[in-house]
Amino acid sequence: MIMLRRHWPWLLAVVILLAFPFLFYDWSKGRHSGFVLTLMSEIGVMAIFALSYNMLMGQAGLLSFGHAVLLGMGAYCAAHVVLLVKAGSFWLPTELVPLAGGLGGLFFGYVFGWLVTKQRATAFAMITMGLGELVSAAALMFMGFFGGEGGIPIDRVMDTSLVGVRYTSPWQVYCLVLVWAFIAAALMRLQMQTPLGSMANATRDNFERAQFVGYDPRMVRLYQFALAGFFAGIAGGLYALIYEIVTFDTVSAGKSANALLAVYIGGAGGFFGPILGTIVVVLLQSGVSLLSNAWLLYVGVLFIVMVMYAPGGLIGLVFMHMPIWRAGRMRELLVPYVKAFPPALLVMLGFVLLVELASFTTIGAAQGKKFSIAGNTIDTLAPMPWVVAFAALVLGGLWLRREARGFRERWDALMEGAKGVKPASDPKIQIAKTQEAMS
Amino acid sequence: MLQGKWFSALFGIVLGIAGGHALAQGTIKVAYTDPLSGPFAQVGDANLKQMQYIIDYINAKGGALGKKFELVPFDNKSQPSDALIALKSATDQNMPFIMQCSGSNIAAALIDGVNKHNDRNPDNRIIYLNCGAVATELTNEQCSFWHFRFDLHVGMKAEVMVRALPKDVTKVYLINQDYLFGQSVQREVKTYLTKLRPDVQVVGDELIPLGKVKDFSPYLTKIKASGAQALLTGNWGPDMNLLIKAGVDAGADLRYYTFYAHLAGGPTAIGVGGENRVLAVMSFGENVAPEIGNKEAEEFTKGFREKHKFDFSAAGFRTIFEYLQAAVNKAGSVDPTKIATAMEDLQVKDFLGYDTKMRKEDHQIITEYFVGIFKKGVKYEAEGTGLGWATSATVLAKDVDQPNTCKMKRPTAS
Amino acid sequence: MEVFIVSLLNGLVYGMLLFMLASGLTLILSMMGVLNFAHASAYMLGAYFAYTISQYIGFWPALVIAPLLCGLVGAAIEMWGLRRVHRNGHIAELLFTFGLALIIEKVVQMSWGLLPVPYRVPELLDFPLFKIYGTQFPAYRAFMLAISALMFGAIWLGLTRTRVGLVIQAALTHPDMASALGHNVPRIFTLVFAAGTALAGLAGVIGGNYQVTEPAMAFTMGPIVFVVVVFGGLGSLSGCFIASILMGLIQTFAVVFDVSLADLLAKFGFVVTSTTPFAEVLNVTLPRVGALLPFLMLVLILVFRPRGLMGTRDT
Repeated sequence: MIMLRRHWPWLLAVVILLAFPFLFYDWSKGRHSGFVLTLMSEIGVMAIFALSYNMLMGQAGLLSFGHAVLLGMGAYCAAHVVLLVKAGSFWLPTELVPLAGGLGGLFFGYVFGWLVTKQRATAFAMITMGLGELVSAAALMFMGFFGGEGGIPIDRVMDTSLVGVRYTSPWQVYCLVLVWAFIAAALMRLQMQTPLGSMANATRDNFERAQFVGYDPRMVRLYQFALAGFFAGIAGGLYALIYEIVTFDTVSAGKSANALLAVYIGGAGGFFGPILGTIVVVLLQSGVSLLSNAWLLYVGVLFIVMVMYAPGGLIGLVFMHMPIWRAGRMRELLVPYVKAFPPALLVMLGFVLLVELASFTTIGAAQGKKFSIAGNTIDTLAPMPWVVAFAALVLGGLWLRREARGFRERWDALMEGAKGVKPASDPKIQIAKTQEAMS
Repeated sequence: MLQGKWFSALFGIVLGIAGGHALAQGTIKVAYTDPLSGPFAQVGDANLKQMQYIIDYINAKGGALGKKFELVPFDNKSQPSDALIALKSATDQNMPFIMQCSGSNIAAALIDGVNKHNDRNPDNRIIYLNCGAVATELTNEQCSFWHFRFDLHVGMKAEVMVRALPKDVTKVYLINQDYLFGQSVQREVKTYLTKLRPDVQVVGDELIPLGKVKDFSPYLTKIKASGAQALLTGNWGPDMNLLIKAGVDAGADLRYYTFYAHLAGGPTAIGVGGENRVLAVMSFGENVAPEIGNKEAEEFTKGFREKHKFDFSAAGFRTIFEYLQAAVNKAGSVDPTKIATAMEDLQVKDFLGYDTKMRKEDHQIITEYFVGIFKKGVKYEAEGTGLGWATSATVLAKDVDQPNTCKMKRPTAS
Repeated sequence: MEVFIVSLLNGLVYGMLLFMLASGLTLILSMMGVLNFAHASAYMLGAYFAYTISQYIGFWPALVIAPLLCGLVGAAIEMWGLRRVHRNGHIAELLFTFGLALIIEKVVQMSWGLLPVPYRVPELLDFPLFKIYGTQFPAYRAFMLAISALMFGAIWLGLTRTRVGLVIQAALTHPDMASALGHNVPRIFTLVFAAGTALAGLAGVIGGNYQVTEPAMAFTMGPIVFVVVVFGGLGSLSGCFIASILMGLIQTFAVVFDVSLADLLAKFGFVVTSTTPFAEVLNVTLPRVGALLPFLMLVLILVFRPRGLMGTRDT
């Protein structure tokens, strides 16, 4: 019972995650939407990856530009293991393939970590960047291990399952991803409470004092790095199972950047922040990119708005409400929120319309595409849509400012009442919220 | 929990719109995936323009089985994983075709993905139309019943290139990008040089890291020192542009034999300095039609030029849709298995009037190919540079009909 | 010998181009601690501005106006963006510039199209300056060398001989102390950021027609600039200069020496065959990895000397 009371969010998450794909179930054909399942599996994998990245960035204060090296190495190891199992060299249940990836990640985490953890701060960041570039270049050059440009294709149907599943459908793989995601997340959560986890925090906050306590910060960094490699490797193993191919872009700088962005957007402070961030980043990349040509611009704007107005990330925004929540006065924020919503929406719509208009007049027109909203084709060269977009943006902006002032007063008063402590908050977090909805 | 609501609402919107395409019935959908954003966006962008133009034309001619073709673009950001997500999306919506042009790594992933998908979901199959991933392996070792390649592979292109080498050239230099494609260009060109031109000596053979070299002048120094008369390269993008630019700057007396100089961006980057020096092995050039006196084809390419202020280089795409049209009509339904069977050994006269054939053994198209030289005084200039591609050699389909090692696995009757 | 001299010249030209890009970033990174991912975007903007300006009023005015425009953009970014983000820490600043780089790329794509633009060397400079062992040395390269040498001189004089320069130097090594002495450090920050961006813009103006002006040029130039700056060491302009030249020369000369580890081992009587473990790695020749050497050197120097070549403090 205590278990249930303490861990109900985890259980709830399991139920929601299992039920969610059924919203997109195609009943007429009796099959799941492969797109949704793949996307959600991707989110699962990237969430593990982002959490493992947060072991470095959040816990140990190490900014890495080459974390994907560990993901990719794990994935390549897992792929080779699958090939060996298929060839009959040894027996391994499909369910444990991610573990093989994890061990690969651990190994390479230790080897590379031995090199990179000699330094910290910017030097560490730059070494990881150099390493990332070297490994991704090597992945193209050396055919033996990396398979060159074509990568290592595998077949996940090995018929070695422990539970008698063949993993032919994305649904089965999705379930496997879920299980591993929960195992990995729980392990990483527990790791935070181990002495190593605490010492990582200590070296982050003050590495000199950590030295005085008698720990070698270098070793702390190394172990932390290797462990992060283990979890990144698990993500890599799952990646191999989902896509059934491992290519050089699993080690590329782009993947590393994704982890950094996910962690930052979600918030490095809380344990669940990176998961939130991953959801946003993956949806942006694989969802919005299908809808808009200008998705990269939205990504850029999102980052800028986030770093300017919500440096604590999404989880930071949530935590900001905690004192008020505890004081039981959330209800009083409802009205200001509701009042701020329409102008925020207006600003967002104006901005999106403007960007899309610009994008369609320049690039879209060249591609012979037409800009249409709900079936109505919009002439991007006519002045009307532009005027509407500008008006929405400017008026919405002014309105939002007005509402924001009222919101801020309300907020400050509530905070005062709740704790007497004034956190560094900004009413324009609203914008951040709308931006993220936009994306 | 506010966040959670945001996300599910967002998710719903995204998928609602993405899935919304599926509702529009009555068209034959072709999923098209290539980089449409980021640093390689120009590739997908150029292809998309030309494909739209061709599809409009084919549809105006009646489409197939009374249905129109519809192109549904997916941005894959040059990432295999995103291409596979696009594949999932396409199969979710029961699209019979997925098309992809750039990147043999993505092609390999797609072939593999399509094979597995079709094996596991016999009721929801999809055909992969390859419009430009040219690694030889794809129709040899990795060949698949579901994969049709509508561009000549590296081996064939290399043969065309070697055949176009003038008799007085006896020393050549090879520079290629250090990855699967570049390495296979290197291998194939050497193979055909020994086979067809034993008099030619390879005086230099170089691999460069993909997209990392910013200054090619040191290579030019080496090339000059080697006494080479021609530079043979499979480079594309900046690696090719900078290479040729460096060569022109250094005043090297070289001829540049390339695979990709004629594609969007190439002529602009090369500029006037490349006159009479740069040659491209190409599937089509705008000056081919006036040169052979094919008015109809000329009108077609001119139409595109006038509409988009952009060169038309992808006659191969038109061939693709003519094959699709013929195969769908022949199959009498939009069932991928039937279409794939109908496509085998199909023969179509392409719009220039040459014979082409989709080879049954390996699903590789056999089509004519051209070698163009970049020069002044042509009817249609490239990208407003004042120069254009004049055809210097035409290699007919029967001459590129190279053997293959494909062991095709066909689906058992179902 | 002839190969040596030509390579030396080429390496020098490339190194100087790198230096022009990197010098601005060195100032920004050492002083403000900002890992500015948008720096290469300023390089791209400089090239595009110059292309547009040179279409109307010629290359020479563009040489002045385009960097100034970039400087203005930089100042605006610093005043209205970075300054706000500054209090949220370095990672926030980094992500800010990252977002900026994405936006600039897209804006460039929307304004100038996806394809390369025909930004050409001005006719006045479009001739071979001299011939060296049969290889032409274009006048434009000499011009690039001259501009970058001039610029190096100007920065050096500016930093050592002017009051602002001295304050900047002070802020470079002891930012807290400088502000404690009553200097308006935020304004210096704006100045430095604008100047750094303008330098990158200038590099774009003269590098854009030497290479190819296209939307991907920022993306391809980005990492190498970081390598140069960090390799040279923070807070040291001369370190940055030496690192740039070194990187230019290394990449140029790596192409010339056609050797591999296997060849080296063969000298010691150890023959590598295809069955030797790691044969693939051992057989890689130097030209194949030439462009990667900077990254390798970066990793090595940071492992053993975290402050870089001539840095005044640890990175």
